[in-house]
Parts: sequence; C-alpha cells; structure tokens
Amino acid sequence: MSLGNDERSGVPGVPHTDKRKMVAAGVLLLIPIVALMWVPSYAEEDPELWGFPFFFWYQFLWVFLCSAMTWCAYLLTLSARRDQRDERAGAERDGDAR
Amino acid sequence: MTAQLTPMASDINGVALTVLIALFLLVTVLGFWATRWRRPETLDTLDEWGLGGRKFGTWVTWFLLGGDLYTAYTFIAVPAAMYATGAVAGFFAVPYTIVLYPIVFIFMARFWSVSHRHGFVTTADFVRGRYDHRGLSLAVAVTGFIATMPYIALQLVGIQAVLEVAGIGGGDNWLAKDAPLFVAFILLAAYTYTSGLRAPAVIAFVKDTLIYLVIIVAIIYLPGEVGGWDAVFGAAKEKMTSTNEATGAPTGSFIPGDGQMWAYATLGLGSALALFMYPHSITASLSSGSRNTIRRNAAILPAYSFILGLLALLGWVAIAADTQPIGADGKANAQLVIPQLFEDFFPDWFTGVAFAAIAIGALVPAAIMSIAAANTFTRNIYKEWLKPDATQEQEAQVSKVTSLLVKAIALVFVLTLDKQNAINFQLLGGIWILQTFPAVVFSLYTRWFHRWALLAGWAVGMVYGTVQAYRVVNPVTGKHFGGSLAEIPGLGDMGYIAMTAFAINLIVAVVLSLVLNGAKVSNGSDVTEPGDYYADADDPRVAADLASEDDLTRAEPKAN
Repeated sequence: MSLGNDERSGVPGVPHTDKRKMVAAGVLLLIPIVALMWVPSYAEEDPELWGFPFFFWYQFLWVFLCSAMTWCAYLLTLSARRDQRDERAGAERDGDAR
Repeated sequence: MTAQLTPMASDINGVALTVLIALFLLVTVLGFWATRWRRPETLDTLDEWGLGGRKFGTWVTWFLLGGDLYTAYTFIAVPAAMYATGAVAGFFAVPYTIVLYPIVFIFMARFWSVSHRHGFVTTADFVRGRYDHRGLSLAVAVTGFIATMPYIALQLVGIQAVLEVAGIGGGDNWLAKDAPLFVAFILLAAYTYTSGLRAPAVIAFVKDTLIYLVIIVAIIYLPGEVGGWDAVFGAAKEKMTSTNEATGAPTGSFIPGDGQMWAYATLGLGSALALFMYPHSITASLSSGSRNTIRRNAAILPAYSFILGLLALLGWVAIAADTQPIGADGKANAQLVIPQLFEDFFPDWFTGVAFAAIAIGALVPAAIMSIAAANTFTRNIYKEWLKPDATQEQEAQVSKVTSLLVKAIALVFVLTLDKQNAINFQLLGGIWILQTFPAVVFSLYTRWFHRWALLAGWAVGMVYGTVQAYRVVNPVTGKHFGGSLAEIPGLGDMGYIAMTAFAINLIVAVVLSLVLNGAKVSNGSDVTEPGDYYADADDPRVAADLASEDDLTRAEPKAN
C-alpha cells in the first residue's frame, strides 16, 4: 500500500494550504455544533410551523443548514489546497472534484 | 384495522409474513451474489474480504454508511423512547446525527489518509503505529470489540420485535419461538462469510430504499389518520406532562425543560463523538475509495438524519393513535410500538414491506459489525499477540471465522438472556467506546499526549463510566443500569455519563502528559510522518477517483 512521495512543501507530503480558507471551513463546521448544543436557544414551543412546535422544526431545519455548511466547507478545503496542486499536477485532475 | 380493535400479537399476519419472507429471500440471494460484484482476483485478504477492496465511491459509501449507522435497533428504539418518555430520551437522536457529520468531516479524512498509507484496518492499528505501545493498542481494540458485541445482539432484538408483531417467534415453544431468528442468523452468517463487506454493501441498497419508502409513506399517511400533526403533538404533550404513578414525576418530556438542557446536549454530542469510534463505522469509512469520499458523504449523509427525525415523531403518532404495543407474553413493551403502529394502519402487504425494511435493516449493520469486530480481533489480538507471522490468507481466514463466532455469541446472548441485558450492555458500550476517542482522534493531530497518560485516562474513564451507569436505578423495576444519565459533578444537572467520563478521561490524560513529558519519559516511536495525514491528490488512486464519476456502474476495481 505504498503511495507516491511528495515534496512540494517544507515537510514532505504536506500540501501547502491556504490557512484563511481552512479557518473559514472550520468556522462553517463549528456553527451547527454550537447552535445545536445551545439547547436553551431552541427549547421553545412557539412559533409553530405547520403544527410543529418550534423545537422540532428548528432542528429539522438544521439538518439542511448543516448539510449545506458541510458542503461549503468541503469546497473550501478543496480550494485551499488546489492552487498548489494545479501548479504541479495540472488542472484537469480536479475537474470533477465538485 | 384501527387501533381500537386491540391487536393480538399472537395472530399470524399471513400476507405481511409472506411479503417479509419474500424480501428476505431476495436479499439473501443478493448477499451471495455480492461475491461477484466488482469481483477481485481473490477475496482471501483482509483488504478484500474485510474492506471490500477499499474502493467504494461516494454513492456506494453513502448507502453503506447509511445502512450501517442507522440500524434496525435505532428504528425500533428511538420511536419507542419517544413513545415512552419523550423528547430528551428520543429526539436527541436528531441533533446527535446532525453534529456527527461536521465532527466526522474534520478527523476522518486524516484517518483515511494515514490508514491508506500504512494499511491500517482498525483504530487500534493506528494507535499501535503512532505510539508503538501494545498496551494502549490492546485497550482500544478490546474496547471496540466488547462495545460492538451487544450492538450486534440488539440488531437481532430488532428482528425479533418485527417477528413478534408479525405473529411468529412468540409463544411458549422454544423451537417455534426462536427458529425464525435462527434461520435469519444462519443466512446472514453464511453470506457474510463468503462475500465479506461486499454483502452488506449490496444489501444496503435494498435496505435504505425500503426504509426511505416506508418512512415517507408513514409520515405522509399516518398523521392524517389520527387527526393531523396538531393532534399528534397535543396527545404527546398530554401524555408527557401527565404524572407517572410509579415515580410521581411527569411521564416524560415534551420538549426539554429546565434542568434537562445539559442532558439533551450531552446525549447528542457524546453519542456523536462516540459513533465513529465503533469498529463498524471505521470499517465502512475505510472501505471508501478516497479521502474526499468521506467528506462528500459528511455533507449528504444527513438525509438519513432527517428520516430518523421523522421516524422519531412516529413514536408520538403512536400516542395519538393509542397504539397498544402488547408483546407475545401479554405484557406491554414499548419496543414493539412502531411495528404495531404499522400493522394497525397499513394494508397487510405494506405492513410486510415495512417489517422487511426493519428486518433487513438489522442485517446490514449486523454484518458490518461482525466483520469489523472480527477485523479488530484478527489484527490487534490474533496477529499482535498470538501469531505475529500470520500471512494475509491466515488473517482473512481468522477474520471470517471470528465473524461467525461473534454473531453466534450475539445470538446466544439474545436467546438465553433477558433482552434488557443487551440494552444495558449497549448503553455501557456507548460509554466505553467514547473513552478511546482521545487516543485515536487527538493522536491524529498531535503526539503531545503521552501514551501512558492516554492509557490512564482511558482506564479512569472506563471505570468511572461503568460505576456511574451501574448506580442508575430504574425507579419502576429497581434494577441497575437504568439509564445513561447521571448528575454532572459540580453542575447539579443531569448529563450523559459518557461525556462526564470523557471529561475526566481528558483531564487525567492532560495532567499525566504534562508530568510524563516534563519527566522526559519516552513516548515511543512513531511510524507515521506528517505527509501521511494528507495523502490525497499525490496518491494515484485518489487522483483517479477525483477524475472519474462516482457511480455504481464503475465496473472492475482499479488495479492497486
């Protein structure tokens, strides 16, 4: 199971990374965790939506928000390391990554 | 076909049973056919048998992980908890399976990369390589193994619940009672043995399709039958706020009230941190074909969480419908509430489909869990301690046999012991498995933690968690291991025992690491290097995966 060696950054195999984009991705991943662990912020019955108390529809809403944020974080992590990869390996490699 | 006609669990529902058996036979055929799916040159290596060749793309992984994590027992137990005691015990499954994915996104890509470079199959493999410490590795392996056993047993409990409502598997005759489960078990064991991880991967398609179908139909159709969502939530609120005669306290929680916020949050977070420490989650993750497959899946797996939330609410639909979950022994059993609800309201043939969804839903996780437990045993106990010079063929063979043994033990467990024991042990398993988190996940990022400190933290967390869980007494039955909540020391509110134990584990690990690092005690050697944690585009396989469409038609596995 040996893999190719890589020496593009100071440390062998460690890709150069755009730190700002990685921090942004980290924040996107942290938001849902903080929001859902902060239970007092949503342990309420009102306002209702289609007969669902707030407590329930709010958490269902977070399924979609979290999924979207995770996808954005994914794109950010790809982009944070892509610039370096493009230079070395050619752009076509990432063409279908999204 | 209404709930008022008190259903007799002992009546055999012939149509439903026929549909159930037909679908069961279909997946059995699929399970054996799976050996031919993406056929490798040989199944006689752990990579092929135990990880499906490590080449599954985004959608196969989505089905496999979804089929693996959202188990039949979940489908039975979550609505049952909603039905019995309400939102804190039941609905926490939703935040749990939401926050799960950002957490997995963060660390699993690193774990995938390092495992890919070094051929790690288990978390204990990684810990062994990272610290060169057999004791710590053994602790992680044994914890994973024993935490998985009751989980497998609970899958069989899930099948039993369906069979009981369908009208078979009950009664006094030992043979008639247990024969159906026995047959299901033999079939499961046989195709897992021959096909390895490919079997649950193929069956997961059927399982997930059926589950989605049944729950979507149920959630559209059933609330209207009992007066709409207003009536559902109204009935639930009335039940949960009424006084429980045994305890004098409210029956349950409609939404978490004062003093229950910590319980809800820690149950969610603790379960989320723990889930991907289980061997079966790791096995399914490592079988994916690329580092990014995991990350893409972190974004699309929440579809299952949405379904799980709807399913949880079906427990409250059952309250509005006045479902009477009476077992074959004539006693009320909340675990039967969902099968009973389906049987009360659905036409018989669709009840059969629903029952099949749950029963097949048990097979996928049971197969993966037994494979994962077997991999753990083979790599970290057999090869590490018993036969260090084992060949690849021997490893695969030991793993296959162990997967049979593991399932057999689970079967004996379910057939001879009280079901409650399986549930208790699974609860303990959740507490135990979380104690391996620091050694595995923190070590992906740093070697600051000292190996002996991690081992000590693990030990303290295990003991504390076990003792606390033992001290929870069920107010009705008076038995120990009555739940997973205990007072959080220094806070006064109730919280998930696993999280308290985890916090103590962490404190011990940090303090001892400071001491041991300060005293310059050796922290072992490390076979990994920084680049291993990023193996990504430079890996030819990953590059190929990025360049190709992830689809199910990608026929033959790529050459290594």
